[in-house]
Amino acid sequence: MTPRDRIRYFFSSHRTGLSVCLLALFLLVYPAWVGNPYLLGISNLIAVYLIAVIGLNLFIGYAGQISLGHAAYLGLGAYGSALLTVHLGINPWLAMAATAVAVGLTAFLVAIPTLRLSGHYLAMATLGFNIVCYTVMMQWDRVTGGPSGLAGIPHLSLAGVAIDDETRFHYLAWGAAILVLTLGLNLARSSLGLALAAVAQNETAAASLGIQVHRAKIRIFVLSAVLASVAGSLFAHCYTFINPDSFTIFNSVELVTMVVIGGLGSIWGSLFGASLIILLPEFLHFFETFRDIIHGLIVVTVLILLPQGLVSGLKDLLRMRLLRKANNARN
Amino acid sequence: MLEIDGISKHFGGLPALEEVSFRCREGMTTALIGPNGAGKSTLINCIAGTLNPDAGAIRFTGRRIDDLPCHRRPYLGIARTFQNLALFPRLTVLENVLAGLTPEAEQSFVKSLLRLPATRHRERLLRLKAMAMLDNFGLADKARWPASVLSYGDKKRVEMARALVAGPRLLLLDEPVAGLNGAETARIAMEIRRLHGAGLTILLVEHDMDLVMTVSDHVVVLDGGRLIAAGAPQEIRTNPRVIEAYLGRMSVTA
Repeated sequence: MTPRDRIRYFFSSHRTGLSVCLLALFLLVYPAWVGNPYLLGISNLIAVYLIAVIGLNLFIGYAGQISLGHAAYLGLGAYGSALLTVHLGINPWLAMAATAVAVGLTAFLVAIPTLRLSGHYLAMATLGFNIVCYTVMMQWDRVTGGPSGLAGIPHLSLAGVAIDDETRFHYLAWGAAILVLTLGLNLARSSLGLALAAVAQNETAAASLGIQVHRAKIRIFVLSAVLASVAGSLFAHCYTFINPDSFTIFNSVELVTMVVIGGLGSIWGSLFGASLIILLPEFLHFFETFRDIIHGLIVVTVLILLPQGLVSGLKDLLRMRLLRKANNARN
Repeated sequence: MLEIDGISKHFGGLPALEEVSFRCREGMTTALIGPNGAGKSTLINCIAGTLNPDAGAIRFTGRRIDDLPCHRRPYLGIARTFQNLALFPRLTVLENVLAGLTPEAEQSFVKSLLRLPATRHRERLLRLKAMAMLDNFGLADKARWPASVLSYGDKKRVEMARALVAGPRLLLLDEPVAGLNGAETARIAMEIRRLHGAGLTILLVEHDMDLVMTVSDHVVVLDGGRLIAAGAPQEIRTNPRVIEAYLGRMSVTA
């Protein structure tokens, strides 16, 4: 191997790790570069959503299932954190961890019966769970504050420093998002990721190769719910105020839109999807009024033209074109 | 090695298999033949665990397996192919074969999330093993292609590679040459003979009589869910009940 080959080999075998490092480096200097709290606030929201979207993409994109109720887990995370800190005065970090564990258990119990379903039925079941959670948040006003929500949620703090401004929260939220991105990329490239993709494409064949289909689905569903819970907790501690309107079924559809734009099964695509959907209203001011219509249009258009999602779909098209070219050149 | 003991399977009220019993001896190729609808695929599915029989027992190396879930059976060394291709269309050819190595792959969720050097090393070894198997089947240059774009014959061979990559003790082949042309059939026949020579136990469901007669040591004939004959290929060829099952039906429908 010549030194040049060695360098090329190093880059090709570590391209994922290097890309993550590059992104981390960019985010490290980003606050110094923009310095505008409003812009940082937007990018922080992207980070929080990204955590939930990566989890959901593993469930929808890799395992091939559907959940139209992931905002429920986001809401359970936010309310769990908020109730434990506001009513019981528990340390926010502890509250976040306890909530994540509790949401994981809840998701596990929900998953055992519902993941026996597939397609429309699974979509309906997850949607139903979201509506139940939303109704409880709205109606149980003595505890949850009802429609007016919960205020006075404490900020997280690290080594005595409260994470109470956009720059500090930037490092926390993006630190967590990069960690989740790395874990997601690892899982997707592992044998378990392959097993999940196999389950999505042919359950009978997957089972006959030794893959525990039901168990694989449950595990990834629980992981995605826990990630949504962590994102919800971060959301609550960042804004110190929550109300049920952030956790409706329309928010669930928004999460699915982010996954679909990014592409089913593309972890990097999730970053693109989450960014695009959160940034769009900043550019298009009429967007707010017609938000749900536009989200619906985006999902339908993308799924009709590129069933694998926007980014993955375009990537597949390009890959096929290159393969054909290489094949023609050989013949 | 494989004992089928009084297996019955009903779909609704219709019997698909009625008290079928036979054995596959170690290192032998057993062919399962019969007219369409005789219950051959149902039986293969019962052995592989895709279906559960209603009555009877299946023993593999002396151990009852009919109550084991489907995903446990590859761990015992049972591998199968499907009559109507069951590849993972969007995965690459290499990934399809890698999926066949599930019993040897990392199962721990936490370790997969962390992707420690040991896990990466293990995955690299599995990848090499899968590549070597693809090379055996002359598919190495298509390793990075999505399985969906391969020709039908190539897909059939990817399925064989996927079934064989983990080194099974019993291979269930459900119509491996259905829909293939003469050259492709000859290639699969050669492969089956090579596996037979290497001492693998094979249960083969096939309609292609030339293939059955040339590769099998023992032939079992099903008709209407019942076992009507079993014996060496030459005996089966001249067995009046077998001729009636095939030709009799033909003269009725013709």
